[in-house]
Amino acid sequence: MPMKLLRGLLVCVVFLLAGCQTVLMAPSGDLAVQQRDLIITSTLLMLLIIVPVIVLTLFFAWHFRASNKKAHYDPEWDHSTILELLIWAAPLLIIIALGAITWVSTHKLDPYRQLERIAANRPVPADVRPLQINVVALDWKWLFIYPEQGIATVNELAAPVDRPIQFKITASTVMNSFFIPALAGQIYAMPGMETQLQAVINAPGEFQGFSANYSGQGFSGMHFLFHGVTEQGFAQWVQKAKASGGDLNRDAYVKLAAPSENDPVTYYATVAPGLYRAILTRCLDPENPSCMTRMDLSPHDSGDSGAMLRSGQANGMAASATHPHSD
Amino acid sequence: MSDMTTSMTPGSGGRTEQLLFHESTDHHPANGTLLGFWVYLMSDCLIFACLFAAYGVLGREYAGGPTAQEVLELPAVAVNTTLLLLSSITYGFAVLAMQRNRQNPMLVWLVITGLLGAGFITLELREFAHLISIGAGPQRSAFLSSFFTLVGTHGLHVTCGLIWMVVLITQVLKKGLITANKRRLLCLSMFWHFLDVVWVGVFSFVYLMGVLP
Amino acid sequence: MLSHPDLAKLIFGRLTLEALPLHVPIVMWTFVVVALGAIALLGAVTYYKLWGYLWHEWFTSIDHKKIGIMYMILGFVMLLRGFSDAIMMRGQQAVSFGASQGYLPPEHYDQIFTAHGVIMIFFVAMPMVTGLMNFVMPLQIGARDVAFPFLNNFSFWMTVAGAMLVMTSLFVGEFARTGWLAYPPLSDIMSSPDAGVDYYIWALQIAGVGTLLSGINLLVTIVKMRAPGMTLMKMPVFTWTALCTNVLIVAAFPVLTAVLAMLALDRYAGTNFFTTELGGNAMMYVNLIWIWGHPEVYILILPAFGIFSEVTATFSRKPLFGYASMVYATVVITVLSYLVWLHHFFTMGSGASVNSFFGITTMIISIPTGAKIFNWLFTMYRGRVEFELPMMWTVAFMVTFVIGGMTGVLLAVPPADFSLHNSLFLIAHFHNVIIGGVLFGLFAGITYWFPKAFGFRLDPFWGKCSFWLWVSGFYFAFMPLYMLGLMGVTRRLSHFEDSSLQIWFLIAAFGAFLIALGIACNIIQFVVSFKNREALRDVTGDPWGGRTLEWSTSSPPPKYNFAFTPRIHDHDAWWMMKKYHWQRPLSGYLPIHMPHNTGAGFFMAVLSFVLGFAMIWYMWLLAIVAFVALLVVAIGHTFNYDREYYIPADEVGRIEQSRTDLLASHV
Repeated sequence: MPMKLLRGLLVCVVFLLAGCQTVLMAPSGDLAVQQRDLIITSTLLMLLIIVPVIVLTLFFAWHFRASNKKAHYDPEWDHSTILELLIWAAPLLIIIALGAITWVSTHKLDPYRQLERIAANRPVPADVRPLQINVVALDWKWLFIYPEQGIATVNELAAPVDRPIQFKITASTVMNSFFIPALAGQIYAMPGMETQLQAVINAPGEFQGFSANYSGQGFSGMHFLFHGVTEQGFAQWVQKAKASGGDLNRDAYVKLAAPSENDPVTYYATVAPGLYRAILTRCLDPENPSCMTRMDLSPHDSGDSGAMLRSGQANGMAASATHPHSD
Repeated sequence: MSDMTTSMTPGSGGRTEQLLFHESTDHHPANGTLLGFWVYLMSDCLIFACLFAAYGVLGREYAGGPTAQEVLELPAVAVNTTLLLLSSITYGFAVLAMQRNRQNPMLVWLVITGLLGAGFITLELREFAHLISIGAGPQRSAFLSSFFTLVGTHGLHVTCGLIWMVVLITQVLKKGLITANKRRLLCLSMFWHFLDVVWVGVFSFVYLMGVLP
Repeated sequence: MLSHPDLAKLIFGRLTLEALPLHVPIVMWTFVVVALGAIALLGAVTYYKLWGYLWHEWFTSIDHKKIGIMYMILGFVMLLRGFSDAIMMRGQQAVSFGASQGYLPPEHYDQIFTAHGVIMIFFVAMPMVTGLMNFVMPLQIGARDVAFPFLNNFSFWMTVAGAMLVMTSLFVGEFARTGWLAYPPLSDIMSSPDAGVDYYIWALQIAGVGTLLSGINLLVTIVKMRAPGMTLMKMPVFTWTALCTNVLIVAAFPVLTAVLAMLALDRYAGTNFFTTELGGNAMMYVNLIWIWGHPEVYILILPAFGIFSEVTATFSRKPLFGYASMVYATVVITVLSYLVWLHHFFTMGSGASVNSFFGITTMIISIPTGAKIFNWLFTMYRGRVEFELPMMWTVAFMVTFVIGGMTGVLLAVPPADFSLHNSLFLIAHFHNVIIGGVLFGLFAGITYWFPKAFGFRLDPFWGKCSFWLWVSGFYFAFMPLYMLGLMGVTRRLSHFEDSSLQIWFLIAAFGAFLIALGIACNIIQFVVSFKNREALRDVTGDPWGGRTLEWSTSSPPPKYNFAFTPRIHDHDAWWMMKKYHWQRPLSGYLPIHMPHNTGAGFFMAVLSFVLGFAMIWYMWLLAIVAFVALLVVAIGHTFNYDREYYIPADEVGRIEQSRTDLLASHV
């Protein structure tokens, strides 16, 4: 028995050590770091009760085994008010603590919330504006549009270290989930709707990104590399995209959006104006009767993009209000 | 096996019996049909709740198509509603007649109920046909999808109720007002009143609120 | 006149020869094996002239015990299918790295993980849970049958019809490639135009009718048919959990019916509930399906909790510790299970306040669950714990389940979930609670009540082999998945780039292999026990020293369960009867009122299968014919008023006398 326990403990330790090096346990973005800390805190808090339960289970099962006639046997004992109060109170206390942590951390780490710090004890400098990146999940690749830089890429993402990034995320046909584990938690990418993620990368390097929500045939190949680079490195990367010369106009987008698998990295030097919003509001074809219908695009209650989108839709509405639906 | 079980064998009893552990007379548990049917109705109620919820979410998603104000005609629905409410009352008379074991009046009331129900269905189908003819079919928008499904599911229930009514009339004619048939009549009665209550919900939630701006 | 192609289309719909997987060797070989097995089985039944016996004694039986046993058989057969899917997935993920694409292309792999989930939940766990409730609960409350015996038979065959549709999809057409909950827009007609999702919809709708009716049936049975004296707070704990489970079934399955009906309308009638176009809203599907889906989890786990309660008390030779708090915990879980559904999609972006509300309600469920664990713990305390197989499963459950519970609460913390959602960590978590909770519970229950059902115990040696293989197999198969989840590996991938992950998948595949051996031991156990049934025979009716009423009657019980309706004075009714040295009455038998067997349920289920198949393949003509036939059989059945008969007192006397003789011969 003790040998077995020892062996079990050893396995656990090896397990935990291996766990420390995983991307979720050693991430490179401040948001993911805080999520990691939260995972560890919650686990330790729960272990306070889980470990005694497991130990007691094994101990009681062993000690009160039928062959151990020395153990006290009380065949009628089935109630103890004190004990019952205790067994409800103990989990209750843990959950009160965990519930408080949950409430605070869920608000603090809300992916929609503007970042207040770029790392522990490093508030966001007043003059830094977040880098805007619009993300579109296509079948089955990722399109990243950089509105400020006027470029777009497929299956490759780059951002300067320590500069907050604001992702606005949507999808073309089916639901996906935008996830770069080293950077921050995931958020769904849904057609006709917009979600947001505010995050920051604190270390240079190449990080895996992928879709974390099954989306069909080409799902397994729907991954990309996220480059955390210096400001100069980022400028060079933008230049590289600009030099590639591709033009992401509406026709090119429609071609790109057709289902394909394991797509190579592609750069676009220019992007048609309003393309992202047209994808989001399903107004690529302004005659599409769906175009004007999305009154509330953001599933989030504090999304500030709603008003902007609504004004954007007005044009679409005017364009297609007279168009009869032929189905 | 265990030493506990030996006490079951006859003749090994030690203490005198103080408590009675079995019924020595015929024991019949209460019939659960009405409770069971009521539980079924509650589950059916949840199906309607989902459809109401879907309508609540999608009821203003006109997708550039016709709006509720444009397509819903309150006067026609008022007639519809009256028919169904009346049919609930006539079913009530049928049950009263049943309780007095008066078979023929019961059947007459049942037939009247059935006719009122059939009238309701006819008007509803006419409304549907009209909507589809003006291009406001269930495919046109999410609003119309949820509208047709909610109202249509209710209509489907009423149709089932009508078929059931015909079957029950036949069975009463064949077997008379025996206990089993009375139980069935009460089940159908619950079903029918239930549909009435659901319709009040549909009328207020879909039609009355739909024509509000 | 119809032209030729029109006629073919009317009859066969969109079903063509291309739907048969003649070009997929794996499926064809499976088909050959299944077909040979079926022919052998049917041949054996014919050879031994068992058709009449099967038809009269089993297929048309409205005896809750036989229906319960048939549910268990269905569940076990489907477990073999569901597990084959599992081991194929483990195999694929263990080899598909870098240049190697594995042996399953995505279109096949995607069907397998969808089928695995659907089968394991709907056609393994559900039938087994329903089967145990069906068999045990009426015996525990001292009833002679369920409230609606015919409905019970019909419910069972509807579940079979659903299962058969899923099995048909293996050989005719394809199954859904959408994941087990078929989220739109992926499952809508634009993204999944083939028959797969339609198989999914119709299989679940047909089986769902069975589940709902069975839920109503068992609920009414518990409310109305308890033996005199058995107040609610004197019911055995398994019956309490059955009550709560059936309340959940009645209150949750209609939501599934409604949401699948809307999905079907989107696919068949072109409506726009969940489409991206014309105002549809796919998020509504996700919400609704989880409003069903989360209670479903508790539908499965609550009866398992009930089983553990019975087993712990019996084998600790003590009453259950804290009966009242156990009951309240069960009820609290039942209610709370409706307030947590959103924790399945925190990542949809509902906002911090909504997310934390649902996160905290989820955590609150762990309080009554924790109380239950402590109750079992203190039932063992100061007991005389006998490590018979059911007790071993219980201890394994307690240790395993708390780990799954812990990771579950971790996933309920929204920011943690943002990192762990949809990862293999999540997969490990829910297998941890479903295998470690539901399945271990079912194995404990099967071993515990098997002698009651068949009159002989299961062979303990092979049972222990199976136990150790299953438990160690579980840890090998799923602990690596926790690790992989922390490495950011997401679920449902059929191919990986990073070959450093492979070792973990190999360990997991090894675990699955151990579980396969465990299942083999299960089968050997059944065969060996059947062969040694004389040596393993239970003549007393109470092989374990049980506490509840089912142990007061013979094993297997007579068709009327109890010659005299028991009268209850406290919980652990049978324990009390033994304590007071109750004498089994040997005379004064009365005729017993029992329901007749009927084949109507079987025929209606067959017609439902045909209707479903016809709808899946757009065979409108056949669909209409099947629907009308279904209506006619259903209405026709209501014209049958002669549904009950009396077992004469003489016959009751004869059956009871044979038991008296048996007991006397084994004193």
